Amino acid sequence: MKLEYLVAIVVILFAAQFFYGVANNPDSEFGGADGEAADMIAEMNPDYEPWFGGIGFEPPGGETESLLFALQAAFGAVVIGYTIGYYKGKGEKN
Amino acid sequence: MHIFEGFLPSPWWQIWFAVSIPVIMYGIYQMNKLVSQRREIVPLLAVAGAFIFVMSSLKLPSVTGSSSHPTGTGMAAILFGPAVTSVLSVIVLLYQSLFLAHGGLTTLGANVFSMGIAGPFVAYAFYKMASKAGMNFYLNVFLATAIANWVTYVVTSLQLALAFPFEGSVFASFKMFALVFATTQVPLAIMEGALTALIMKYVVQIKGDVLVGLNVLTSSAATKLREAME
Repeated sequence: MKLEYLVAIVVILFAAQFFYGVANNPDSEFGGADGEAADMIAEMNPDYEPWFGGIGFEPPGGETESLLFALQAAFGAVVIGYTIGYYKGKGEKN
Repeated sequence: MHIFEGFLPSPWWQIWFAVSIPVIMYGIYQMNKLVSQRREIVPLLAVAGAFIFVMSSLKLPSVTGSSSHPTGTGMAAILFGPAVTSVLSVIVLLYQSLFLAHGGLTTLGANVFSMGIAGPFVAYAFYKMASKAGMNFYLNVFLATAIANWVTYVVTSLQLALAFPFEGSVFASFKMFALVFATTQVPLAIMEGALTALIMKYVVQIKGDVLVGLNVLTSSAATKLREAME
């Protein structure tokens, strides 16, 4: 169980750094760092236009986007939980 | 790892494809060989891929006031090496660029290189060296994956800097991008390392023998780790 406790401490520290970040950046919405980089490119090279785009599906808004992200996470979590649970149960039977 | 669609001009997007494609091809070859020779690794491969799915769907807030993704690739790298990891990353990056407008098709080569090749390669090399030196398994997994996460974003910064030098200087531009990416990523890297160490513990518990077969652990190390759990 020792490792679980250590990981729990890391999770708590992670939450703490988030609250510290909120306190230090009261106006921030915690947008993606990748978007920030895109803004920097636009600032450094005002003439640059993304030369390609619009092939894939673009979520119409934040709600659909969060749905698709949640599906991605749920799919992964099911696979992990199923596999680990299956072999754990199998191991206990023997 | 998410350079937006259209944000890498010629010749950079082609260059990163040219670098990544041979690794992906080798990864597919390696994966096929592994799956046909050792069927018992299939569930582990599924877990490693699923872990990348989960981790890269999370957008975690960082102390810098912006959010970013963990990569989840460190675990696959330790288990199967960087080439197989690059194949798993392609799947996730394709999903995100086709359905979420995150990343992009033209930047796929560059994004696969940073997330699926450079980070995992460093994780793999670190893990192998530290495990030879006798480092504690969980500490090793923690450090290897945290470093892989961080390296991914340093490489992304470098890729952007090469394509967009600031006033003619790649280095000045690199410093600016790295300040955003590499600092935001530090708490996330630590979080990812901790979670990966935890899930590896369960993998040792249920599939320790397979880890020995994959040369991830020596059989005496696996026995020791399992004894410590009881």
